[in-house]
Amino acid sequence: MSRTLLWLQSGGCGGCSMSLLCAEGPDLFGRLEAAGIELLWHPGLSVGDLPTLLEAVLAGEQPLDILCLEGSVIQGPDGSGLFHRLPGSERPMRDWLRDLADRARQVVAVGTCAAYGGITAGGGNPAEACGLQYDGDLPGGLLGEAYRAGGGLPVVNIAGCPVHPGWVTETLALLAADVFTEADMDELGRPRSYADHLVHHGCPRNEYYEYKASAEKISDLGCLMENLGCLGTQAHADCNIRPWNGEGSCLRGGYSCVNCTAPGFEEPGHPFLVTPKVAGIPVGLPTDMPKAWFVALSSLAKAATPERLKRNATTDQPQVPPGGNGRRRP
Amino acid sequence: MSRRITGAFNRVEGDLEVRIEVEGDRVRDAWVISPLFRGFEQMLEGKAPEDALVYVPRICGICSVSQSVAAARALAAAQGIEPTTNGHLAANLILACENLADHLTHFYLFFMPDFARPEAYDGLPWFEEIAARFRAQTGSAAREVLPARAAFLHLTGILAGKWPHTLAIQPGGTTVAVDAARIARLRMILHGFRDFLERTVFGDCLEAVAEIDSEAALWAWVEEGEGDFRRFLRLAGALKLEGLGRAQDRFMSFGVYPDEDGETLFPAGIATATGGREPLDTAAIREDLSHAWLRGGEAPRHPRQGVTRPHAPDDGPAYTWCKAPRLAGEPMEVGALARQQVAGHPLIRDLVRRSGGNVRNRVIARLLEIARVVPEMEGWLAALRPGEPFCRHGRTPEAGEGEGLAEAARGSLGHWLQVRDGRIANYQIIAPTTWNFSPRDAEGRPGPLEQALIGAPVRPGEREPVAVQHIVRSFDPCMVCTVH
Repeated sequence: MSRTLLWLQSGGCGGCSMSLLCAEGPDLFGRLEAAGIELLWHPGLSVGDLPTLLEAVLAGEQPLDILCLEGSVIQGPDGSGLFHRLPGSERPMRDWLRDLADRARQVVAVGTCAAYGGITAGGGNPAEACGLQYDGDLPGGLLGEAYRAGGGLPVVNIAGCPVHPGWVTETLALLAADVFTEADMDELGRPRSYADHLVHHGCPRNEYYEYKASAEKISDLGCLMENLGCLGTQAHADCNIRPWNGEGSCLRGGYSCVNCTAPGFEEPGHPFLVTPKVAGIPVGLPTDMPKAWFVALSSLAKAATPERLKRNATTDQPQVPPGGNGRRRP
Repeated sequence: MSRRITGAFNRVEGDLEVRIEVEGDRVRDAWVISPLFRGFEQMLEGKAPEDALVYVPRICGICSVSQSVAAARALAAAQGIEPTTNGHLAANLILACENLADHLTHFYLFFMPDFARPEAYDGLPWFEEIAARFRAQTGSAAREVLPARAAFLHLTGILAGKWPHTLAIQPGGTTVAVDAARIARLRMILHGFRDFLERTVFGDCLEAVAEIDSEAALWAWVEEGEGDFRRFLRLAGALKLEGLGRAQDRFMSFGVYPDEDGETLFPAGIATATGGREPLDTAAIREDLSHAWLRGGEAPRHPRQGVTRPHAPDDGPAYTWCKAPRLAGEPMEVGALARQQVAGHPLIRDLVRRSGGNVRNRVIARLLEIARVVPEMEGWLAALRPGEPFCRHGRTPEAGEGEGLAEAARGSLGHWLQVRDGRIANYQIIAPTTWNFSPRDAEGRPGPLEQALIGAPVRPGEREPVAVQHIVRSFDPCMVCTVH
């Protein structure tokens, strides 16, 4: 039996949909087909009149299995929701979302904006943005902590800025098959399939991390944690295990992880690419490691750093290969 | 006479509503409404200047790289640095990858499905073939285009980590230094994309398409083969799409794909339908707030002094969150057609001289641009020098300013940065669709889309006039950028 999916966008950039269109082997349509999902409407892919469809869902004439929201819920100005009115209707999108969530069997927040507020809640949050069931890391949001969709689950938060197409299509497939349970979600509502990993896992700079051979400037090859604000050891995602756009990831792309799957990532309290330190020691250390051990191991590792890593860490292209001078033996 | 709202406009990036007044079988007047406000300019105030590189790509998921490029250029101007030679080339490759992927997305997913609407076109001789190929969600084309597009974006995976929302584009260049083997890999990716374009989109080699130099040569070329571009051109001829959607015919480009000497592949400038290229003077830009739900609109301001302070919708003359940017007082059309008209491509010059900016010519310019840019990308790849630096490192001064200009797929994008006490004091953005979909200004002059809709045909009983759909989408609007 096929499951119906309605995809709506509110206060976001559309980047999660753009990322989703990068799904490969098979493409997005093939993946939805494999999951038995019938796409009722998507803002970038469909023809037809949305308000009429939404009315049919609210009237119970059109069954809705999965409701996806991409982008933050917009509550401003002054709580009115008028910063985002659904085109073709007189109502704020927020009000439509609240009503539709009552009709859906499952509700999915696609991306950090829809999950927690995300980048749209940055600065002074001028649009009064929040997530579907969270406002930053506080439960609540539009639907409230107690909300459960018709199928019994709270909002599933596929956080990420943007999301990886695999995170979305695989979670949707599990939801469509009715095998996704609350036990498959972490404490912030994210699917554990990707959120039980750290960005650090599989990071191509792991050897530099081990020996604390640190980059000094962006584009250097060394570990980005000590000086350049990288949060890969704390960020929940499998970005360096599951590649992006073929063979990419933020770290492979030469820049720091900004922890974009976490609530509040948009306001780290310091410039994104600068590691805050106290007495020369980074304040944000790996989540589950005792600080004293980290400091002790770091100084030990630093003392043992091979010359190769020391030299390569502060350049953009390797100067010294492993195991010798790199030349072919005569 | 009847007034109506046509919306929600989907298959545009973001939210759009259009109010039209119909008299008889024509649109008499139109008002273009951007119904979403987020407030990125306010969010950026007080932040470290470099943090703009995290924020601005997230304004828009489809113009993400162009937002990064504009911010990096504004920061580079404030820092007084220029990217390295490799940095220029790599940034051009990443930007071109996004722009061309967007052109494909627009053509196949956003624009063409409207010709597969049975309520509008069923029964016409070409309908069955076009519907089977381009129908939304189930047409055969999308299943070929999505894999080709995704494989092409592997180029950005290698050079920038991921798409959208990369941090690889920095004021002094890019963060990934590729070696000769990865350059070889990038060449293979580009080759795969060229192969797809030549087989599926053009049915001809890219150079042959880029060399078409007049409307007569274009129609002769249509007769020579197959492919989706030719399918569109035959359709455009049958439906006379050159008669739809003419705006003011004032075209602008900020110029794009620079080399280290500051020369751009497509030059900056302005042009009309018939004249040559005139120089661009960004000092003559003003933003008029008279019809936007924004405060601070006593007199139009240059974006350097711009303010973006929303107020709740009221009963005044305002009807949108979008400002009305004007160049020397005039609305300007931006996009691939404007870029190629300003650049003086002979085919575009001939088409625009004959019929102006219109639905057909806008689409032709986009596809022509794909054929023109891929060979340039091959050249940039060949010019990369492994072993030489990709990034230079500057420092943003405690006080300073910078202008960052770029061309997104859909047109001219400008960022204006002011730094005081080491923090962002003001950051103002004018996006391509802010120009194209601007509301009226204080003088009552409509924006380009508002103008282009006047006179559009409305058939009896048509609730959502299909001509309006074609005209709106011919601009390849990006609404999330428009208001940001």
